[in-house]
Amino acid sequence: MLTEEKTSLVEELEGLVLMYGNKRSSLLPILNAVQKKYRYISEYAQQEIARQLNIHPAEVYGVISFYGFLNSTPKGRNIVRLCKTISCDMKDKISVEKAIERELGIKFGETTKDRKITIEFTNCIGLCDEGPAMSINDRVYTKLTSERAIEIINQVK
Amino acid sequence: MNNKKKERKGEILFSQYSYGSSIKKALSLSREDILFELKSSKLKGRGGAGFPVSTKWMLAAASISNEKFIICNADEGEPGTIKDRVLLLEYPELIFEGMVIAGYTIGAKKGIVYLRGEYGYIKKPLEDFIETMKKDNLLGENILGNENFSFDIEIFLGAAAYVCGEETALIESLEGHRGEARNRPPYPVNTGFNKKPTSVNNVETLACIPHIVLNGGEWFKKFGTENSTGTKLFSVSGDCELPGVYELPWGTSIDELLYLVKAKNTKAVQVGGASGYCLPKEQFNRKLSFEDAATGGSIIIFDESRDMLKVLKNFMEFFVEESCGQCTPCRIGNMKLLEGVNMIEEGKYTFNYLNKLKSLGETMQVASKCGLGQSSPHSFLSILEDFKDEIFSYENRGRNGK
Repeated sequence: MLTEEKTSLVEELEGLVLMYGNKRSSLLPILNAVQKKYRYISEYAQQEIARQLNIHPAEVYGVISFYGFLNSTPKGRNIVRLCKTISCDMKDKISVEKAIERELGIKFGETTKDRKITIEFTNCIGLCDEGPAMSINDRVYTKLTSERAIEIINQVK
Repeated sequence: MNNKKKERKGEILFSQYSYGSSIKKALSLSREDILFELKSSKLKGRGGAGFPVSTKWMLAAASISNEKFIICNADEGEPGTIKDRVLLLEYPELIFEGMVIAGYTIGAKKGIVYLRGEYGYIKKPLEDFIETMKKDNLLGENILGNENFSFDIEIFLGAAAYVCGEETALIESLEGHRGEARNRPPYPVNTGFNKKPTSVNNVETLACIPHIVLNGGEWFKKFGTENSTGTKLFSVSGDCELPGVYELPWGTSIDELLYLVKAKNTKAVQVGGASGYCLPKEQFNRKLSFEDAATGGSIIIFDESRDMLKVLKNFMEFFVEESCGQCTPCRIGNMKLLEGVNMIEEGKYTFNYLNKLKSLGETMQVASKCGLGQSSPHSFLSILEDFKDEIFSYENRGRNGK
């Protein structure tokens, strides 16, 4: 990694620490912010967050590995999460799943070659009455049909 | 999602409410008065555990500390549960005012809403509403001119972990740790967030508070049954024409609910989400209440076309993924139960081994550290018992196996 990039990330993290406070309970908000922007939390970012919060990097990694929405390896710019829990599953989630895999040419858990989209399953996202449901980044889409799911994904940049 | 607030009907939570009125009333009462009304209302926690709210608040109020916290548990993760989403999006005034009243009653100055990561899109509207309440002096310094009472609310976003709905795991998560449940005691009412006395209450529980303060505990008790007072939000999904959130008095029978949501050819109803029980037809006359079929509100309906083994497999896969891995009964136990389900699916089981798994399930219910592992075997045990004719028939397994 270039030194300049490192410096800009350090500055950014300093800004986050300043905003949320130099305390352990700021860890999750900081990680959420980094995750949101970069779609992953790099090893370098983990070490830098640890240094600034004065905790061991293993602690930061431990927290990242615990939560479903945090990851330490790169993902696509957009993360599509299809709910696989019972109520959505019963509403023909399998059709939506297969259609997305066919259209993008990848399996769930994978990222497109252009790094634009990662598709994965998620457990219940609280939209059981309007399934099948999926989320793309921070937005949610309900009552999907395979066709509509593809239309929505096509609009993602 | 469409905003359906105007169409919602209910006797307590979904009834008419004038914004700000309960805080005004609460500040004219003494703390003891509020605790008394709560006690007489017999309000129990709506998250599923059903702990009496007045007891929790009395303990928190009695704890001596310079700092106390109110936490709103909005980590709604139980499969089939959608009520908190509806309350947060459509009735934030009830939740926030409930938190302010809780703060006033136990002597806390700070409230935190722990919002599950999956509900990130609700954070902005909630923060906007906090600003509105601050402008109206219902939040912030010296609320409604009361010089001795200030209260602030902050929204804290989780990052997707079912187990964080357990109150001590939630507190760990708030403190910036892995969401692993703590040993209890000490209970959060004494040693909670940042080791300070903390009352953790479900979204729906807090939303009941303004109505109890305005109308009194006796009024609240008019709804529901002797031991399950008030109404409950039921989140209905699965095989029915009208899924959604319904406010009904406790004591409503499953049959009545099925009729209301236009469910046809119903074979089974999962009460209480993946961690609850699966009830067969013969038990549809049971009443939804703490004393009979207890639930945090999740109702999932299965019709005759559903394969109950697939349903069970979906639940067990859920628990294997969501177990935090801290204690062995839950971490290994759920994996073993899932293995058992796979064995049945492939037709490679023996009843002797399945009986061992059932006894493992019973061990998990007592030996697991938190509610997750204590309740995850419920569906395994109840589905294998009540649907054994279907699951173990040679014809079915021959069809589903290969």
